[in-house]
Amino acid sequence: MLEGKGMTLPKAWKTGTTIAGLIYKDGVVLGADTRSTSGSTVADKNCSKIHYITPNIYACGAGTAADLEHVTDMVSGQLALHRYATGRSARVITAMTMFKQHLFKYQGHVGAALVLGGYDINGPHLFTIYPHGSTDSLPFATMGSGSLNAMAMFEAYYKDDMSRTEAMELVARGIRSGVMNDLGSGSNVDLCVITKDGVEYLRNYEYLQAKTYTRQFPVKYPPGTATVLKQRILSLKDVEVTEGAPEEMDVS
Amino acid sequence: MLPRPTSHSKALGPGVAGPELAVATSAVLDRPPQPGAHLPLTGAAPCAVDPTSLNDPRQHTKYPYVTGTSVLAVKYKDGVLIGCDTLGAYGSTKRYKSTQRLYRVNDKCVVAAGGEISDFQHISTLLDELTTDDYRIDDGIQLTPQQVYSYLCRVMYNRRNKFDPLWNSLVVGGVQPDGSQFLGMVGMIGTHYTDSHVTTGFANQLARPLFRERQSDNMSEEEALNLLYDAMRVCYYRDKVSINKFQVAKVSTAGGVSISEPFALDMRWDYKMFSNPTKWAVGAW
Repeated sequence: MLEGKGMTLPKAWKTGTTIAGLIYKDGVVLGADTRSTSGSTVADKNCSKIHYITPNIYACGAGTAADLEHVTDMVSGQLALHRYATGRSARVITAMTMFKQHLFKYQGHVGAALVLGGYDINGPHLFTIYPHGSTDSLPFATMGSGSLNAMAMFEAYYKDDMSRTEAMELVARGIRSGVMNDLGSGSNVDLCVITKDGVEYLRNYEYLQAKTYTRQFPVKYPPGTATVLKQRILSLKDVEVTEGAPEEMDVS
Repeated sequence: MLPRPTSHSKALGPGVAGPELAVATSAVLDRPPQPGAHLPLTGAAPCAVDPTSLNDPRQHTKYPYVTGTSVLAVKYKDGVLIGCDTLGAYGSTKRYKSTQRLYRVNDKCVVAAGGEISDFQHISTLLDELTTDDYRIDDGIQLTPQQVYSYLCRVMYNRRNKFDPLWNSLVVGGVQPDGSQFLGMVGMIGTHYTDSHVTTGFANQLARPLFRERQSDNMSEEEALNLLYDAMRVCYYRDKVSINKFQVAKVSTAGGVSISEPFALDMRWDYKMFSNPTKWAVGAW
């Protein structure tokens, strides 16, 4: 109603984003930027877009921040119960199926686009999941507003059987490309490397837009910085100090 | 006097005049139009830009029909390189697979275009007229790329002001008389800029990151060609409306303009992990 009179409501926080994933020889590397936007304002300069699903599965998320948080928490909880019920560690396709069934049920209204990666009993896996519920199984994938920028790097430099360092370097390069060339992505690069031996969650792996100067506060000016033009000294020796009457409750 | 309705809104209480009782009388209906936010204060009819509202059979360009996709261009040590594919698409159909989207103005300047091909042909005609004038004057002076760029900026902006744009993204590249390279882009609404590397269309997002990392004004021709090929390859992988048939125009200080024959690039479709992608996700894509 107020919008009819010209008021603009603040837009839902979205992660205009660059997220990427890559399968290399021994596992999966996931990467994300850290900027969360509300319209054209940066809402969170250092948010975390690589969400925990299970100890061996992580998901990067692009789209509406609230939807992503809740849908990843929900699948994470469902999978924890599933692990207890089956007595086995979770598989990535199980997480993928839970996500796609939930998202399809809501016909795209749950604005969550995910890059899901993990290492399970069948090896490393990487899937993309779109808000309407479709999925792709890929060796390298990017999502978000900076996805084309990151994909340009992947298409140009991907090769079979990369080593861990090469894979991390390429994913970081892709996210950097998104951060530098897309306005919806920014700040820092997060990486997450998942192998059969475990997960290495590299929060703020690279600082790309850090402040180059930190201000000293409070500012300390040495005496003599300001020129003294006039000086007047008042003695407070004979000043009388009276205690104020106590504040009474206002009962009028 | 018009009869007044006797019913009224119950929310207002008995016998009270409210919005439903406000009836339009002739005083309201027949008065001249009052100035409003959207109307001029003089009370004149507003300026009509849409010719259909004036019963004029002319129409404004609303959509492009036969289109070219991205154009990529970089400066290198001896000049500039401009590359694009040879597709004239009709919507999503790959209709004309041998269109040349590069136009040689003179031996110092090349113009390339993405967008509506017919509008590009019109621009080529305009540039042809300018070049013919130069030839007839016969004083040895040719149009410089900077002059062609300024001319095209004005043409595009003036058409935009008439709400009848030439639906193109133009790239003007060449070598100035003092030997320095020139590279600029002019958009369909008159937006223009010059830079060491310019891209239009999909290449804005796909090729620009590669150019920003690897391009420099004193790169060798071989490095520049490899960079252009890598970028054109990525554009072909990820742009639906593109084909594997490219042309590259080279404008160099020494050699003038040379537009290559159409060629194809090697593409990698045999990565191991793409061979059976849904092995572990049967039923997915």
